[in-house]
Amino acid sequence: MKFAGLMLLFAGWIIVAAAIALLQATALGIFTLAGIAVQVLGLVLLFRAHLALREQHR
Amino acid sequence: MTARVALPEITAAVCAMAILLVPLAAIGVALVNTGLGRARSAAHSMLSALAVLAVAGLAYFLFGFAFQGFAGGTAHQLHIGSKSWSWIAAERFGFAGLALDASRPSLIAVFGMMCAGLAAVIPLGSGADRWRLPGCCLSTVVLAGWTFPWFAHWVWGGGWLAQLGGSYGLGFGFLDVGGAGTIQILGGLTALSVVWILGPRRGKYEPSGMAGAIPGHNSVLVMFGCALAFVGWTGLDTAGAILFAGADAGAVVLASANNLVSAASALLVSLAVTRARFTKPDASLAANAWFGGLVAISASSALARPLTALVIGGVAGALVTLGVEMLDRLAIDDPSGAISVHAIAGIWGLLATAAVPSLGRRAAQLGLVGSDSGQLLAQVAGIATLLGVVLPLTYGLNWVLDRITPYRVEREGERKGLDLNELGAGAYPEFATHDEFGR
Repeated sequence: MKFAGLMLLFAGWIIVAAAIALLQATALGIFTLAGIAVQVLGLVLLFRAHLALREQHR
Repeated sequence: MTARVALPEITAAVCAMAILLVPLAAIGVALVNTGLGRARSAAHSMLSALAVLAVAGLAYFLFGFAFQGFAGGTAHQLHIGSKSWSWIAAERFGFAGLALDASRPSLIAVFGMMCAGLAAVIPLGSGADRWRLPGCCLSTVVLAGWTFPWFAHWVWGGGWLAQLGGSYGLGFGFLDVGGAGTIQILGGLTALSVVWILGPRRGKYEPSGMAGAIPGHNSVLVMFGCALAFVGWTGLDTAGAILFAGADAGAVVLASANNLVSAASALLVSLAVTRARFTKPDASLAANAWFGGLVAISASSALARPLTALVIGGVAGALVTLGVEMLDRLAIDDPSGAISVHAIAGIWGLLATAAVPSLGRRAAQLGLVGSDSGQLLAQVAGIATLLGVVLPLTYGLNWVLDRITPYRVEREGERKGLDLNELGAGAYPEFATHDEFGR
């Protein structure tokens, strides 16, 4: 789950970088926001993975 | 972010003096880390800070600067369409060929050594009471020799984030004059990685999952650390403004005014928030908020007016105070609050830079390349890079290092304290320390 979270963080960055390289104006803003949303999902997954790991150790 | 090449003599002198103040910021962070940790690991905490500063300085000197470089220096370019993205510097290792005088590249090299040390000290507080010394040093080699210089090249070395303004019309490119992202968020994300790898301290969480409080052992050290850090941060922001934003020697006045206003505002907001929530002000959270104010204003200390710094600091104070509590609930045992202070306040500071009034006019005065529009997107791109490249890279590298040299001290060592276990002697041999494991 942690690996998936890290991959989502990276994928979000790829979306932002690709948007900068390829798009302009409104589309750039929308895709940047989409990239950040993917990264937020990745962070949520990482924190949940950490919590789940602690539950297992308890 | 690009700046003028040659520095006038007085500006170079002020810049050199400012750079010499930067270690005070690292010492301030080290004192806070020690004061908020247990008494039984105090000597280990201070020794770790000193060792980490030494390792960071050497790693950056040997190969870090070669990867960071400076704007106008040699670098590897990636060509995408008609645009080129400068992704890593190609300077020589060990400062070879670098004239160590008052020239801009040499000042950037020395400044980088200090900044790498500061970034490396930040995670120590998060791993307090359980992170072994060899692990701290190995992690620092990676941070100071690779992660920090690489990202610093993108922001301060004329890399692709700095070029977003000129190449893609996104404001003035990613603006981070005093290192809110380059030093603070990078250090904060490394701290988060280390906490994920180490896990919480024994005795921190009850079997039910409820977080217990393990109070710091010396508030005096913490407050003294805050005072030292203010001086160090003024040096940090002044030198950053001169080296990366083209400011003149007068930057020291704006930087110190902004720093004091932002830190003071953050502290007072934190006092109010903790009083409202817990009926009494909380000393450690207030100290964290002071740092949060300094971190948040770092990004725009050369660009904002003190009235803006008041708002930036105030919001940072609230975010840090609430962030510490939120992370505690997510089972992130961060004794020094470094993740909240450096990562959360840093992200806020970077975003707030885009909203600084008259940013365009001030940036144009300094000679930065770009325009008014699109600054927020440039800042968001920088934050996305920190989360999407720096965090996975840092976590991955530290995970591998942990497999080679286990980071966490064994159970008995944690019970005895790192001082006795790793060093053979405590910081306070005349005092008996209590044992919360006996609860």
